[in-house]
Amino acid sequence: MNILICIKQVPGTSQVEIDEKTGTLKRDGVAAKMNPFDLYALETALRLKERTSAALTVLTMGPPQCEKVVREAFMMGVDSGVILSDRAFGGADVLMTSYTLSEGARRAGPFDLIICGKQTTDGDTAQVGAELAEWLGIPHVVNVKAIGEIDERAITVTVDLPDSEVTERIPFPCLMTVEKGIFEPRLPSYRRKLATADREITWLALADLNDSDPKHYGLNGSPTQVKRIFPPESHIERITLEGSPAEQAAALAKLLEERKFLQ
Amino acid sequence: MPYSKFNDDDLKFLRQLCGEDRVTARDQVGEDFCHDELGGTRARPDAHVRALSTEEVSQIMRHASERRIPVTVRGSGTGLVGGAVPLEGGILLDLSGMNHFLELDEKNMTLTLEPGVLLMDIGKYVEGYGLFYPPDPGEKTATIGGNISTNAGGMRAVKYGVTRDYVRALEIVLPSGEVIELGGKVVKNSSGYALKDLIVGSEGTLGVVTRATLRLIPLPKFKISLLVPFPDLRSAITTVPAVIRSSSVPTAVEFMEREVILAAEKFQARKFPDNSADAYLLLTFDGASQQEIDLACESAARTCLDAGALDVFISDTDERNESIWSARGAFLEAIKASTTEMDECDVVVPRSRVADFVIFSHELQRKHAVRIRSFGHAGDGNLHIYVLRDDLDEAAWKRTLEATFADLYAKARELRGQVSGEHGIGFAKRPYLDESLAEPVRALMRGIKSVFDPQGILNPHKVVE
Repeated sequence: MNILICIKQVPGTSQVEIDEKTGTLKRDGVAAKMNPFDLYALETALRLKERTSAALTVLTMGPPQCEKVVREAFMMGVDSGVILSDRAFGGADVLMTSYTLSEGARRAGPFDLIICGKQTTDGDTAQVGAELAEWLGIPHVVNVKAIGEIDERAITVTVDLPDSEVTERIPFPCLMTVEKGIFEPRLPSYRRKLATADREITWLALADLNDSDPKHYGLNGSPTQVKRIFPPESHIERITLEGSPAEQAAALAKLLEERKFLQ
Repeated sequence: MPYSKFNDDDLKFLRQLCGEDRVTARDQVGEDFCHDELGGTRARPDAHVRALSTEEVSQIMRHASERRIPVTVRGSGTGLVGGAVPLEGGILLDLSGMNHFLELDEKNMTLTLEPGVLLMDIGKYVEGYGLFYPPDPGEKTATIGGNISTNAGGMRAVKYGVTRDYVRALEIVLPSGEVIELGGKVVKNSSGYALKDLIVGSEGTLGVVTRATLRLIPLPKFKISLLVPFPDLRSAITTVPAVIRSSSVPTAVEFMEREVILAAEKFQARKFPDNSADAYLLLTFDGASQQEIDLACESAARTCLDAGALDVFISDTDERNESIWSARGAFLEAIKASTTEMDECDVVVPRSRVADFVIFSHELQRKHAVRIRSFGHAGDGNLHIYVLRDDLDEAAWKRTLEATFADLYAKARELRGQVSGEHGIGFAKRPYLDESLAEPVRALMRGIKSVFDPQGILNPHKVVE
């Protein structure tokens, strides 16, 4: 069985600054890390490998420095890695990102199962997984919170929906995105780092893909554009009450009554 | 020491000085103010006073001294040895309301503050200026005054040292009510006896700290932890001296055993990133650049593998650190939840003897038929050994605890360790301190106490007598 896990390198801190002029994330000087949600996808795949001896491949797209997250996946126990890297892929929106990934998956595959994290911490759309499945023409299921039986033809998963849970058997090939917390992700191993330091990674550029028309990728091919990104305005009103504790308590009670929190 | 009985005139004096709101007396004093966090030491003060200034503290001390009324200083009450319990009644002088930052001096890298500021607020405040106050005791709701009084340590002591290493100056109210200043914003000082350093760790028995100037350092921006599984506890702990020598000194070196990890998993209903090994070391490195900490980690990882570690797991992001440290932070509560009552021994032994001590404490479980758990600071030799009561009845618990503690403290002496690494002596550990010190040393300590506090009104029956 072959499993593909999609991963992404994201800014290392959760306090991402936004360049309000260009509408893009300020990445300069910010340490990078693996998208935290992808750690759950990786851990899910690693657990499946322990049960089925599946071969695990990670796929990522990004500038050359994203090799680091592929090496990190090796340190967690993944067998091989594929990196999509080309200037032509730059500036891709969600649709173009998922299209590029689908072209990469076609070249690196075939795969029985593709696992993605629920979303990324920088883009936050939670759409790439589902769109990738559509491009590949395979069934997909999102918000998977538990894994049941798995055999050569299908996998049984439990999906977390707003008001209910659904357990489904999904035939291969298929794609799923997993919830945060499905398993506690293991830590990268230094022993594996030493063992995989020389492992070859497959690099794919535009020319390596079946569809090598630059108009179908990156900024050129993206139907959507970010016009403006801005931090939401915060509406925190602060009132300082003064006086003795008794006076403050009375003032607070009055305030709560006025605002109809108390009657 | 004969004390005067606290009377209505004393109460009137306090109320006139501080106002009705800040003084409670006798039965009105809340139960919380009659004990500290752990241990059976309990006593009710005659009056609980929340002082807000050095001037008030000075006047209270002058009055107490003239009247021979005992005074016990209290911060957040998070102590573990009964240090802030007013054994002779009298005045409980609560400084938790003196909680202001007074000055952050960026050129001298010092922070001047009142004693009631909470430890957790100091970290947050100075980080805003790119500065760092390294001492890191686990109890973040403790006051800095309490930390100074016990010379609190914490996890980062391996690399950065303890509270005393970060106190530059103190303002002290003496038992007579006189106000003195010790030390200053100076890096070096060879000017007479180091009284400032003597006050640090004196547990409120020599004077009342009403202002402190702390040394700060630049904030290390990069941090990485290594979780290192070992086949057994001995191989884990005996690796520590080599790790500390092999690279730039780790910020923290903690040891943990599988059974404590499993207890924390159950308590938190959350899995630890790994629980396959019997024992672990948790190493943390911090530094000014990624290269610096990468190099340190590389060298420590190789040392651990050479010493028989099963692997070395790398925790290099907030999420990963959180998954480890949230469990580490829950150890104490998890152990507490697994039993009915417990007591703790906080000895410190030379780094090279930590393994001997921990293994000895394990063996005591069979000898005394009692459950003993431990985890802690393998890097600085300070151990927290918890003796658990489980279903022992009151008499058996007391007997077992006494016998177990006697063995633990005797072993610590044999290994040339000390009674307390960071909690202090207070009241609860006094018998063990008495046993561990030679008579001439005890005589010196008593002499120092009588010079500062000839009437013995400050925190009676604590540390030495």
